[in-house]
Amino acid sequence: MGKHTVFFHNKPIIKATYTLGGNKEGSGPLGREFDFILSDDYFGEKTFEKAECKMLSRAIEKSIKNASLKKSDIDALVSGDLLNQIVSASFAARDYNIPYIGIYNACSTMSEGLALGGTLVDGGYMKNVVVATSSHFSTAERQYRYPLEFGSIRPPQSQWTVTGAGAVVVSGGEKHGQALTSATFGKVVDYGISDANNLGAAMAPAAASTIECHLKEAKRKQEYYDLIVTGDLGALGSRLLKHLLEEKGIDISANHVDCGELIYNIDEEEYQGGSGAGCSAIVFNSYIIGKMKTCEINKVLFVATGALMSTVTTQQGETIPCVSHAVSVENV
Amino acid sequence: MAKEYEIIYMFIKAFIVGGSICTIAQLLINYTKVTPGKILVYFLLAGVFLQAIGLYGYLVDFAGAGATVPISGFGYLLAEGAIKGARENLFGAITGGVKAAAAGITAAIVFGYVFALAFRPKSKKN
Amino acid sequence: MAERTRNNPNEAYIKYVSSVSPKTKETRSLLNAFLVGGAICVIGQFLRYMFEFLFGMRGDELAGSVSVVLIFLSALLTGLGVYDRIGKYAGGGSIVPITGFANSVVAPAMEFRSEGFVYGLAAKMFVIAGPILVFGIASSVAVGLIYYIAGLF
Repeated sequence: MGKHTVFFHNKPIIKATYTLGGNKEGSGPLGREFDFILSDDYFGEKTFEKAECKMLSRAIEKSIKNASLKKSDIDALVSGDLLNQIVSASFAARDYNIPYIGIYNACSTMSEGLALGGTLVDGGYMKNVVVATSSHFSTAERQYRYPLEFGSIRPPQSQWTVTGAGAVVVSGGEKHGQALTSATFGKVVDYGISDANNLGAAMAPAAASTIECHLKEAKRKQEYYDLIVTGDLGALGSRLLKHLLEEKGIDISANHVDCGELIYNIDEEEYQGGSGAGCSAIVFNSYIIGKMKTCEINKVLFVATGALMSTVTTQQGETIPCVSHAVSVENV
Repeated sequence: MAKEYEIIYMFIKAFIVGGSICTIAQLLINYTKVTPGKILVYFLLAGVFLQAIGLYGYLVDFAGAGATVPISGFGYLLAEGAIKGARENLFGAITGGVKAAAAGITAAIVFGYVFALAFRPKSKKN
Repeated sequence: MAERTRNNPNEAYIKYVSSVSPKTKETRSLLNAFLVGGAICVIGQFLRYMFEFLFGMRGDELAGSVSVVLIFLSALLTGLGVYDRIGKYAGGGSIVPITGFANSVVAPAMEFRSEGFVYGLAAKMFVIAGPILVFGIASSVAVGLIYYIAGLF
């Protein structure tokens, strides 16, 4: 047991996943990996907020089904999203008669949830836990930036909030599959970036801190992992992460990928990639887990990062504190 | 002939002056990361100030819509209205600005309301 | 800031970030702003001539009518989802003209309609444009008062 790292001896298994993406995500390079693509970002609802809630609810329902379980088999739902008071997650949980653990760590919510779910199952307290997160471009845009139809310019260092929801069932008592083997809970790191359009730069130090801490406490080299998957640093943030880790003597350039970079065909002169709680949720739970299932890769460190600012703190001139949690997933 | 030439010349002046004012705004966006809401306020105040010292009117005479269409022209209208009102009495000094800008404000509110009823915002793909 | 992160190499990091961050394409963004902004003003000038010749309008009436038509066009394009596309391309060129003011009124009104007509649509209508009215009207009163007082002597 490290100071910030917990090791899972009973190997909680990722039993099933379900991901759905929006229109833009569906036409991106990973479009075929997702279980479901929205044809319309309203998803048949009157408002985008209702649509996001419905997306998350659908992801939860289908993941339970994919795990061949019933709702009554699920001991807890660990869920979060980007909206104020994490309403999408809480309102989606309304549809289920399952104890609900609402969590918020911005875009790192998926890895935080997996770390918590893994801990609950590994400790023997629960048998099946669903972890689910979502984000929606149109709800986030209005909360964090401007109304959709406002003719503002998007600076090139900005990222695009992913419309998507992903859910994963973590179960105990299984012998084989993709197992959670350890989790490192990250510290809040703030290097003094205040540009809310440059979240990749704000979050990179948090990811670097957590990766360094994990490798040290797990006594592993970066080569131990086939892939180190960050959440949504984007193209610029990924470069910054490699730079920061290089300064500490850790070279991850050979085995690093970023969900925000993978999800879109990025033109760096326009934007740096995807972001949002749904970004890592749908990329990790479809593309990365898919590669593990086919044994193309066997050991993955999943490090989602979150920027913890709000519009109020930004307007008050605060810098952006960030956090990052890591979970290691290995084929057993 | 002279009249036609004058009209074309006026269009060119409007294009160049209006375009230049917008380019100054773009320079501010590129170099200072100032937000669109603040840009509108700065340009409006610039228009008010320039008319208060009696200068913006010359630009309007020179470039027509090139000077009145940018938001600084809205500031000019407010200041010009207040100055005209002030020549009459105290009441005019206070109400003159809004009176002159009434058309723009009313149109924005009414059309804003009507079109918000008629349309829903659309999601974007890029 | 300095107290909180004094021991971190944050100054060096911030410097490094700004050295590797992508820059807005300078010439192209300026050119786009110039062309689109100029074009909107030309439309305004065209309307001025139209109203002058067709209806014999002059002065405040003429300026007001042109503004109303431009605001109408901008509100329509905003509703149709076109103005934000122009804005993405033109930047300052579509923000600074009176059409940008109209866009900043209509866009939040549409967006917040889902929270109701009173506290949503109507209340949020001036989220972005409110400061324009506040500073515009306040400064016009200041100018009026200065001129009035100066006129007394």
